Amino acid sequence: MLEINTVRAGYDRTTVLHEVTVAVPEDGVAAVLGHNGAGKSTLLRAAMGLIRPTGGTVLLDGEDITRLAPHQRVARGMAYVPQGQQSFPHLTTAENLQLVADGRPRVAPGRPDGGGGKEAIAEALDLFPVLRELSGRRAGLLSGGQRQQLAIARALVTRPRLLLLDEPTEGIQPSVVAEIEETILALARRGGLSVLLVEQHVGFAMRAAQRYYVLEAGRVTSSGEGGTGAEQTVRAALSV
Amino acid sequence: MTVILNQSFTGISIGAVLLLIALGLTLTFGQMGVINMAHGEFIMTGAYTTYVLQKSISGAGVSLLVALPVAFLVAGAMGALLEWLLIRRLYTRPLDTLLVTWGVSLMLQQLARDVFGAPNVQTHAPDLLTGNISMGGGITFASSRLFILGLALLSVLVLTIVLRLTPLGRRIRAVVQNRDLAEVSGIATGRVDRVTFFIGSGLAGVAGVALTLVGPIGPTMGTNYIVDAFLVVVVGGIGQLKGSVITAFALGVLQSVLEYSTTVSVAKVIVLVAIVAFLQWRPQGLYTLRTRSLA
Repeated sequence: MLEINTVRAGYDRTTVLHEVTVAVPEDGVAAVLGHNGAGKSTLLRAAMGLIRPTGGTVLLDGEDITRLAPHQRVARGMAYVPQGQQSFPHLTTAENLQLVADGRPRVAPGRPDGGGGKEAIAEALDLFPVLRELSGRRAGLLSGGQRQQLAIARALVTRPRLLLLDEPTEGIQPSVVAEIEETILALARRGGLSVLLVEQHVGFAMRAAQRYYVLEAGRVTSSGEGGTGAEQTVRAALSV
Repeated sequence: MTVILNQSFTGISIGAVLLLIALGLTLTFGQMGVINMAHGEFIMTGAYTTYVLQKSISGAGVSLLVALPVAFLVAGAMGALLEWLLIRRLYTRPLDTLLVTWGVSLMLQQLARDVFGAPNVQTHAPDLLTGNISMGGGITFASSRLFILGLALLSVLVLTIVLRLTPLGRRIRAVVQNRDLAEVSGIATGRVDRVTFFIGSGLAGVAGVALTLVGPIGPTMGTNYIVDAFLVVVVGGIGQLKGSVITAFALGVLQSVLEYSTTVSVAKVIVLVAIVAFLQWRPQGLYTLRTRSLA
């Protein structure tokens, strides 16, 4: 689905990623784990096109998208939920979702039964029903957990084939964490969606992932098959 | 009583002119954070568009009505071209933007001089807008001023509707509030910037049409208005339409009251001192919207 090949990237003259290679399987979940500052978020930003790699390539279904702008990647089926429960604070919850649906065709290709923006919003709201009650409230006034649910819903309105999640439960009240984790797992198992998940919580990451990568100081230091069985291996790799 | 009413109407009509010239800037400067020194020349473009149209279309009223949309498109196209050619390359360098657009401003003034000549030109106001409307009891409103007031309020209304209720408006607000997030949400932010600049510059063109009713048209007319326009946006609070609306009318009324009790230049000085004092007390302006602007 997504292949990140020997990507080198960073900010100004600091190189954060040194020849990182990560692959997301079709309809599967790949998890990237690592300590703070290992380059996990930078990897997602490079995959999404927010920073331009200074080396290597990013392939989506075999197409080289290394030089494409982020919005062109969205048009090709990628979606991204950045760190920190980001939203458009002065837009209402409903406007936050409608904004993304505006750019969608009324009828999605190959889905004559609908699949346009309106249905996409309804489906996203079904996953996070709390957002329905908050539709008229400005996103800046929502709690962190509600904002993160809005962020994931917003990403889903584009009907992505590939979802990039950057620490989706970081800094969120525990009562909502389980709900968000269950939704992500359900989405990944529903089919038709691949996920590149950046996580600090090893337990959740390994439950979700078919493949894992441990990132340290901008390099992949270990990788392998996911699943709860690999949890101890990953914990050991991270504790070094 | 009559004096007070007449004087406040004068103030409101000065405010309407201020509002019209500042409205475009609330988008390009207020929303996008671009200091566009050539904004005054887009006003000039609108004024000369009216002049050219009046020479080719008979009937001052018809040509004025035709000039409104045409000036919007001409000035808007020039703004979009400027954004595409120069400004988009300088979004992270506000001081360079200021210098570059100032250079463009000088070039456009010279272009106007070459095409239309250095002396000011004049348009004829349609008969409907030349007289006064008497309200009885010695109260008279100049009908051209009423027209400008109506145009200013209509422009604010349309702009508000576009920003609040249309997909384009949602995109403009989203890009201002979080540029990166807008881009990764599938919005072509570069195109939104260009459209925003088109509308902001187009509104300057509309202001230029209105100004032909109250003053001469000349190559340097833009420089007369640009400072006032920036003052309105800064005092009103960056990125907030309602701040600019309130400020424009407040400054207009203050100016006209002071003009009545002192002289025109003394009034101007007092207004400027009042603005400086206000900004010392509230540097962020009347209303604020915390944004991640381009700069």
